[in-house]
This record gives sequence, C-alpha cells and structure tokens, in this order.
Amino acid sequence: MTTSAGIAYEKARADGRAALVGYLPAGFPTVDGGIAALRTMVEAGCDVIEIGLPYSDPVMDGPTIQAAAQQALDAGVRTVDVLRTVEAVAATGTPTLVMTYWNPVERYGVERFAQDLYDAGGAGLITPDLTPDFAPEWIAAADARGLDKVFLVAPSSTDERIAMTTAACRGFVYATAVMGVTGARAATSDLAGPLVTRTKRAIETASAGAPGLPVGVGLGVSNGTQAAEVASYADGVIVGSAFVRVLLDHPDDLDAGRSALAALTEDLAGGVRQ
Amino acid sequence: MPEALIAALDELEISWQKAMLDPAFHQEFDGLLQNYAGVPSMLYDAHRLSERAGARILLKREDLNHTGAHKIRNVLGQALLTKRMGKTRVIAETGAGQHGVASATAAAYLGLDCTVYMGEVDTERQALNVARMQLLGAEVVPVKSGSRTLKDAINEALRDWVASVDHTAYLFGTAAGPHPFPSLVLSFVRGIGDEARRQCLDLTGGLPDAIAACVGGGSNAIGLFAGFLDDPDVAIYGFEAGGDGVETGRHAATIFAGSIGVLHGARTFVLQDDQGQTVESHSISAGLDYPGVGPQHAALAAGGRASYLPVTDAEAMDAMALLARTEGIIPAIESAHAIAGTLKVAEERQGQTILVNLSGRGDKDMGTALHYFGLGTPDSEPAGEADQ
Repeated sequence: MTTSAGIAYEKARADGRAALVGYLPAGFPTVDGGIAALRTMVEAGCDVIEIGLPYSDPVMDGPTIQAAAQQALDAGVRTVDVLRTVEAVAATGTPTLVMTYWNPVERYGVERFAQDLYDAGGAGLITPDLTPDFAPEWIAAADARGLDKVFLVAPSSTDERIAMTTAACRGFVYATAVMGVTGARAATSDLAGPLVTRTKRAIETASAGAPGLPVGVGLGVSNGTQAAEVASYADGVIVGSAFVRVLLDHPDDLDAGRSALAALTEDLAGGVRQ
Repeated sequence: MPEALIAALDELEISWQKAMLDPAFHQEFDGLLQNYAGVPSMLYDAHRLSERAGARILLKREDLNHTGAHKIRNVLGQALLTKRMGKTRVIAETGAGQHGVASATAAAYLGLDCTVYMGEVDTERQALNVARMQLLGAEVVPVKSGSRTLKDAINEALRDWVASVDHTAYLFGTAAGPHPFPSLVLSFVRGIGDEARRQCLDLTGGLPDAIAACVGGGSNAIGLFAGFLDDPDVAIYGFEAGGDGVETGRHAATIFAGSIGVLHGARTFVLQDDQGQTVESHSISAGLDYPGVGPQHAALAAGGRASYLPVTDAEAMDAMALLARTEGIIPAIESAHAIAGTLKVAEERQGQTILVNLSGRGDKDMGTALHYFGLGTPDSEPAGEADQ
C-alpha cells in the first residue's frame, strides 16, 4: 500500500507546522547501512523520505551528494537495490519517494519501474531532470497507480511554467530555493520566498482558493534555525546534503553516523515546529 | 532538462530564431567568418593520398580556419548571440581543447568573460591547448568528477549555468545536448557542407560519390552532411572512435555500439550499461571521447541515410602519419579518424570521388603523437604507446 507524501504534509499542516523531508541516496554507505540510516531519520522526525537513485551524471547535484552516489555506484548498487531500500523504509509507514534522473528509469522500463515502485510501497517519484511537458509516459504510469508525481519549479520558471508544473504534480511540488546545485549553504536563499509565493498563487488559482498542493523547499538547509526560517513560508523543508555530509564524516562507523543523523534530524524537526 | 534551465533554453531559442530572421545578424556573422575566421575554407584535391586510396579524395580544409578547426564557426555564431542577449560571460566545455580555444578566442574578440570546463584527464593530454586558452584570457577549470573527460566537463558546465544563467551564456561545443543546441549549432556550421558542395561542383563538375567526417558529438559531420542530405546519390559516412576496438568495450562508437537513452538533455544513442548508467568512453582523441552523440546523427542512422562505422585508435594514428607524409598535412586525430575510415570505404569505391571534412589541424595533438610514434629529440624518452 503506497502512502502519498500529501498525507504527511496534511498531518503537518493540521499540527500547524511544516513537514520535514529527508534525503539519502540508496546504497550509501551500503545498501543495508543506507536502510538503517533512513530508518534512523524516520524515527528521529522525518515526515517524508526521499531515496536517491545513484546516477553517473547527476547534473543537479553538488559534490557532497555526487560523492555519496558515486560511492554507491562503485560498490555496484543497482536499481533493484533502490527498490529494496524503498520497501524497507516504506514499511515504517512513512511516505517514501524515489528521487531519480530519468535515464535509469527509462532503461529499467517506465511501466515496470512504476509497478515495482508501487509494489514496494513507494509513494512516487521526484524527477530533477524531467519536466511535465516531457513526461507523458511517466505521468500515465503514475496516474494508473496513484503514485506521486513531484516535479520541480525554480526561481527562473515563468508563471506559466509554474502553473503547468503544479497542475501536473501530485503529493507536493518541489521548489528549488536557489539557482544552483544541491549543497548545504550558510544562508538560505532570498529567492525562495518569492518563488514559494508565486507557486502558491498558481496552486490557489487552480484550486479556487482552497489549500491545495503543498510546496516543499529544497537546497541548502543544514540546521534547525534555517529549517525554521524556511518553514515560516513553506509547507515542507527538504534536506539532503546535510544528511549525506553527516554520513560522509563517519566513514567507518555507521553507529556513530546514525547517532549524528538522529541528532541532526531532531534539530531540523525542532526547526519546522518553531 | 532541469526546470531551472528551461527559461534559459527558451530565451536562447527565441534569440536565435530572431537572429536567423535578421539580415543584420547574418551580415555580421558572415563578415566575421570571412574577415576573421578565414572562411570559406578551401577544397583541396589530395592527389598523393588519392593515389594510395585508389579513389579521388577531396579534403574540406577546415583545419585552415582561425584557431585550427571548424569550431570557430559555431562559436562565433553563439558568441554573437550572447552579445545580442546582453550577457557578459560565456562558459564552454571542451575535450580536445579546440572548442575551448575557439570559445576563448571569440570571447577575447567580443570582450566577454570566459570560463572553460575541461576534464582533468584532458587537461593533461591537451596541455598546449590549456595554455592557449589561458593566454587568450580564459579561466580553465579542470573537472575532477566522474571519468574526468568531456561528459563530466559538460556536467560541470551545466551546473555553472544553473547558478549563473542570468548573465552567462553556455557556448555548447557540438551539435548535441538539449534543444535548441543541436539545431542552433547546425545553423552555424552548415556552411561547411554548403561550401563543400559548391566547391566540388566547381572543381569536378559534379557531386562527390560519398562524403565522410568523424563523429564525436557530431558538429563537423552534421555541418558537412547538411549540404548533401538532399542529394540521394551521395553516400554519407560518419566515422566514430573505435578506441581499442569495439569488441574490447574501450571505445566511443556511440551509434555503432550504443543504445537509445537520455544524456545531457537529448534522446539519442548513448553508451550505457543495463542500469542506464553512462559508460565511460575511450578514444585516443580527446575530441571524440564522448558517450553520446547529436540527435540528428541518431536520426540519420535510424533512417539509413548515413552509415556510422568505427575506426580504431591505431587506424586513426596510421592515417595521421599517412596524410602527413603524402600531403604534408598533419590532421587532428579526430580528422585522422575520417581519413582512416575513408581509406577503408575507398576499397569498395575505387575510382570514385570521396569528399572528407578535415575538421581540425594536428598541432594540438603533437603530445599524443610524440608518445604514440616515439618521436622527439634523440634525448627524449618515447613512451612507446598512446597517451591514454
């Protein structure tokens, strides 16, 4: 049974707070180690989990995530390992999405991937290099199974494209807060607020003013203070590189890495509740 | 493509289409090609090579253009567009360095800041071109990720572009990548084919029986091919980098041995594994060392209009030496692939006319040639094998 990320956003909204979305690539530091790490993030307060599918040419990722993904690829991680990770994390009841560049999905087979993701209990896909206007096959496969379709909007997106993108999304829409690749930043972007405002306006127009599709903001958040700042205007705070960095900093000691992950998650979870 | 770049690609497409309809743009572009780049390049009747081949071989001498390759045509067109868009900085990726040098040259000429991304492996095997780019005022950034070759340089350039798109244009180096680059690049390099067709008619009174070019990303080839696509009696050959031999898996023969996939925003032939991960390509020529290919070539291959065949490193290097010793022309190793492939095709086309695009000159490849052939002063130590 898949659980849409939208459910987690609704619960957070009912609590008067933002949702915390945590990311790690599958197979990092190992497949089983990655599953353990992701479960730690769930236990410590992540409302939604994103599992990255390691890819050889991750154009939108910065050096931290690319290093982790490359480590997973070097160790031989395969798409089936990603799906196994999804199954293990989704079993916790936390909505679990896969974040993936498009070519590995196409190579696996779009229908087959959608079905296997559904069977694993996955909520859906986040597609950083696939926009809705080039995604008819994925949209059909996802709609047939009720999977989340999370597309990205960017500060450079026109209002027309934001409207087109949000109309195609299910679960939430992913707002990239800065023009740049992933990576923890000392200060969050001043582009995020205006982008969220424009995105919410498009969603409200489409949903006749009712609270509609949630907006998650990603790229750059690494601590509770930043999370609180983003949570003041967004429905969700998406954190990736900071979690990956914690594990990279504990290369040979997964237990210590998990402890540090738990501490970071708690700090961030506190931030989205301020 | 990432949504963050869609607006920039749309802006580029609109600017390009407006420019294509503007006589002033064509006047400026054509003037630069003639007065700065040395275009049209000559069509040369290669008599001694023809004797060896048993076929009449005509060479389109793009190696005589300013900066030594066909690349200057594309770069001048894109740099002029950059100025029209009011942007002040250009970025580029380069493998062999020809596109990087051309980009640095155009940036210097037009007063634009320039950053060139180059795989770390390529900066080592193309050190001379790194120095040329730096002398021209460009910043050269060695890319240390992935296979540290051309595809990784493209990844890094795209990352830069996402972060700098408001004031930066990406001068894409070949007829690959996301729309509109394949069509845009073709519009700037198609003069190669148009000139060659006209020159061949003037020289021989007819069209060639076949045309040939090397194919990495495919810009010089698509430029030549464009001039002959409507001539069904002209056979078209593209020669890909066969590296150590396609059967070894160490090659860059993307159409011959790849499969359909998505890379750098284009659906085309890609070297990939069963998981959809890009496989590292290999070629002695840094300029052909790319695991993708322009989508126009994929379409020509799928439609059967053009044939794409692999040429090994060894065959290319033999052809490099042969052209040097028969005609006194040292080709780029990329172009040597086209010569080698043409010699093979000539075996079945004895007495026919084959027009080959000599897309670049070999000065930049002297380091590789030195190692491969064991050349140099008596005191130098030949490495005995190719610089890989």
